[in-house]
This record gives sequence, structure tokens and C-alpha cells, in this order.
Amino acid sequence: MPVSLARIEWVGFSTIVIREFQRIVRIWAQTILPPTVTATLYFVIFGSLIGRRVGLVGGFGYMQFIAPGLIMMTVITNSYGNVVSSFFGAKFGKHLEELLVSPLPNWLILSGYVAGGMLRGVLVGSVVTLVALFFTRLAVHHVLAVLAALLLTSAVFSLGGFMNALFAKNFDQISWFPTFVLTPLTYLGGVFYSVGMLPAWAQLVSRANPILYMVSAFRYGFLGTSDVDLALAFGIMVGAAVLMFGTALVLLSRGVGIRD
Amino acid sequence: MQALSLRALTKVYKNGIQALKGIDLEVQEGDFFALLGPNGAGKTTMIGIVTSLVNKTSGTVRVFGHDMDRELERAKSCIGVVPQEINFNMFETLLTIVVNQAGFYGIPRALARQRAEKYLTKLSLWDRRNSIARSLSGGMKRRLMIARALMHEPRLLILDEPTAGVDIEIRRSMWEFLRTINEEGTTIILTTHYLEEAENLCRNVAIIDGGRIIERDSMSNVLRKLQAEVFVLNLAAPLADAPAIPGFRTLLADDHTLEVEVSRGQNLNEIFAYLSGLGIEVTSMRNKVNRLEELFIRLVDQSARAAAANA
Repeated sequence: MPVSLARIEWVGFSTIVIREFQRIVRIWAQTILPPTVTATLYFVIFGSLIGRRVGLVGGFGYMQFIAPGLIMMTVITNSYGNVVSSFFGAKFGKHLEELLVSPLPNWLILSGYVAGGMLRGVLVGSVVTLVALFFTRLAVHHVLAVLAALLLTSAVFSLGGFMNALFAKNFDQISWFPTFVLTPLTYLGGVFYSVGMLPAWAQLVSRANPILYMVSAFRYGFLGTSDVDLALAFGIMVGAAVLMFGTALVLLSRGVGIRD
Repeated sequence: MQALSLRALTKVYKNGIQALKGIDLEVQEGDFFALLGPNGAGKTTMIGIVTSLVNKTSGTVRVFGHDMDRELERAKSCIGVVPQEINFNMFETLLTIVVNQAGFYGIPRALARQRAEKYLTKLSLWDRRNSIARSLSGGMKRRLMIARALMHEPRLLILDEPTAGVDIEIRRSMWEFLRTINEEGTTIILTTHYLEEAENLCRNVAIIDGGRIIERDSMSNVLRKLQAEVFVLNLAAPLADAPAIPGFRTLLADDHTLEVEVSRGQNLNEIFAYLSGLGIEVTSMRNKVNRLEELFIRLVDQSARAAAANA
């Protein structure tokens, strides 16, 4: 008796997510340990040593102020990094063909990889949150804002990693974007400072950086204050997620970078 | 029912190379079908299109009646593929690879584990189920790809050079296994460079060259088209010259080896009778080349000459 398409899709999707989880756990020394060590160093150096001399930012201790930004920075880099390395690795090693010959539709393959990226983003973000609790008190002001910003941001950057992997032809091309675009945008996205501290022209430039909205919305969830309008921030996140999902799906369906 | 039906299938790559020039091909359900052709003939492109790894330029593909343009998922769920190149994750265990592959076809994990035991055992890999795939030998990797392709129990199994680099003993055990699953109802399409393999296993054959099917018939009919075969006779005592056997062309390859060309309708007894009369003792005999190989080379040469004449 033929298997129903709905069952193929559900089992297929969960299999991709399970496989991604197995990969995250199998190479934990590359996926979980480094971001934890890096975040700990940030907390020690910026938060504890330098932060003590900075004083209050927006009425909060510096450590308390940067903690949500550092968690979000970890979520961004890990969501992006998981999908770009996993998908490009599958493409490079040709085992992506296991999925391409299967009856899973493209939207589901994309969703599976994005869910895998989000899983790593949330997993590593949770570990960094636990680390943050050793250094500062972290109360949740608005739990829905925290969850929505967390999930939308990790979805957006998982999709970004997916598109990067589609176009990449070698390993250099999967490290170029994170190094030269993602990291500068993250550092300039208000992780370590409030944009209100910047001169007017720099504030204007900062508002063109989408990461500012993600970090600010996430920080609002913890501290109850934000550098940006929250409706605009969530609108940008939802818009970016929808637009990027649509673009990635079209690219995948056309076989860009994966089919002759 | 047709397991596979291709109509006017063409493929032009971005660099302008026309890999397929209007392929029409049908493979019946239950068949063990050989797809032969020289390197670059278009076999892998054709398989790539059927398995949706390559986008076609035009034409239609139907798998068990499911049109790949309209019912892609249904068509793909009927196919299992063993590609030419190793394409599993080298860092995963065998069990993980096959269980996950089943999941991509909607097989729940509990059932997938049962099937993993069944197929890994049949392919003598169960003892290695927890090994990392990278640690397997070449032959084991090939068998793992067959086990993986069978996890969703496809109705159509496509094997692209499945025994390349596999030693004789394992190749023969793989042949037995493939024969069994074909007898159990799985339609098999096989491409191979070992023409002996195709002759042994397949009931029907298509030969593709230059992006076109140049021969399509039953294996027995194709072999019947062969007009002459060369037999190699090993002699007990050395000869200085090739004996002139009336009606046969002979050649002395070395002082102990006589080659005799036998045309269709000629009788081997005549050769032995004549040689016995001359007191020449034959210790053994074999075909100079595989019969299918001989025909294959002839057909491909004809196709190349025709293409050159049309150019």
C-alpha cells in the first residue's frame, strides 16, 4: 500500500531535523563548545573587567545590558553557521543527493534545514544564557518578545546560511559572508552599546542595519526598553523571514548550485 | 505496465553540449534492463533526469504512470537509485545512513530499523552497522549504497555502475542478490561497463551513444545479431603456422594459441574434426571477447561512422 504524501512529508521533515540534531551533537566540539567559550570570554572581558568602568547604560548595569545582545549574537552566528556548513557539506560530499532523489518537496527540504539551524541557534543560545546567569541577573520582562525575536532571528539567519550554501562553490565562499558582512553588522547592531550613545549620523546609519532591530527587540524582552520601535522591529523580522524563505525556495526549485 | 517511459527526452547543458537528443525508451514492469553505452554517451544524464538530479530540457518522463512534471513526489517515491559515485555521509554510521534514508521516504524509524537489519544482513553489512562509513572497503561502500536504495522497497531500482571496483567474488554475490530482488518483483535498470554482467543478468537491453538510442531489443535478439565470434583454442603442442581449416579464418596468436573465427551457422565440430585429423590436440577453449562486448563495439563504431558521415 503506498505511503500517503502527508506521512512522507512529516516523517521526512522530522528525519532532516533529527539528522541535523545528530550532527550538532556528534561534532559538539565545533558546534556547542566554541560559542560557549567565546561568550564566556565576552562576559569576563567586556562585562566584568571593562563593564565595571562603563557604568549604567539606559539605566542598567553594563553586564545586564550586553547579555541579551551577546545571546542574540550567538544565535545569529550559530543559526547561520549550522545551515551553511551542513548544507554546503552535503552538497560538497554529494550526500545532498539522498534528499534530492527522495520524494520530499523542496519547501520541506528547506524547512528541515532551517529548523536544524534554528535548533542549534536556540540550543547554543540557551547554553550562553546559562553562562550569562553566572555573571548577571537576567529577568524576563516579556516572554513572548523574547521567544518571537529568538525564533524569527534564527529563522532569518538560517535562511541566509542556506542561500549562501546554495551559491557557494568552495569552502572560502561559505566563510566570506560571515566574516566580512555578518560579523561587522552584528558588532555594529547595538550588541555592546545603545544606539542612543552614537552621534546623529551614526544613529541614522545604524537604523539601516537589520540586526539592530533583532537585538533591540530581544533586549526589550529582558529589560523592557528598546532602541527601536518594536512593531517596526518585528515587522522587519517577519518580512525578512517571509522574503528570504520565498527567495530560497525559488533558488532551490530552480536547482541553483545543486542541479545541472 | 511500464515501469519507465521516456518520450522525446532531450538535455542541453549550459555549455551547449547536447547530452540527449530525443530519447524514446520504455521499460516494462518486472524487467531486468541493461542500459549500455560508452563514456559520455548520455547514460548518467538520462539517469540523472529520471532521478531528478538533472533538469531536462524537454520531453516527458513517466514512472509507473506518474508524470514527473505533474506527480513528481509520487514518481520519485517509486524509485531507488544506486549512483555511480559514492554519495553518503562518510562520517555517519551505516545504520544512521540507511535509517535516515528510509525517513526521507516516509518510513517511520521503528520500521526503518527492521528494514535496516534485513537489508544490511542480506548485503553482509549488519556486523558493521555501527562503523563509520569512511572505514568501509570499496566493495562494502557499494553494497551499502544498494542497501540504502532498497530501504523504501522501491518498485524501480536504478543501478549506475554498481559493481565498479568490486572484486569478482563480491560481484557475483551482488548479482545473485539483484537476481533475487528482481524475481521478487523489483524492476531493475542497470548500467555497467562489465558487459558480461549485463549479458548474465538482463533480459532486455538498450545501447545509447551520442545521446541517442542506437539499439533496443531483448538480450537474446541482440546477441543473435552477432554474425561471428572468435574462439581461442589452447593447444597441447606448439605449432609453427596456423592450420588452414576449410571455411574458417584462423590466426596463430602464439605457438600454443590458435584463434578461429566462427560465423553464424558454422559448426564447431568441423574445427575439432579437422584439427584431430592433423593430430593437433586442443586442451581448452574460450571466447576471445565477451559476445555482447563484440556487438557493442561494432554498434558504437557504426554509430560513430554514421555521425561522421552526417557531419
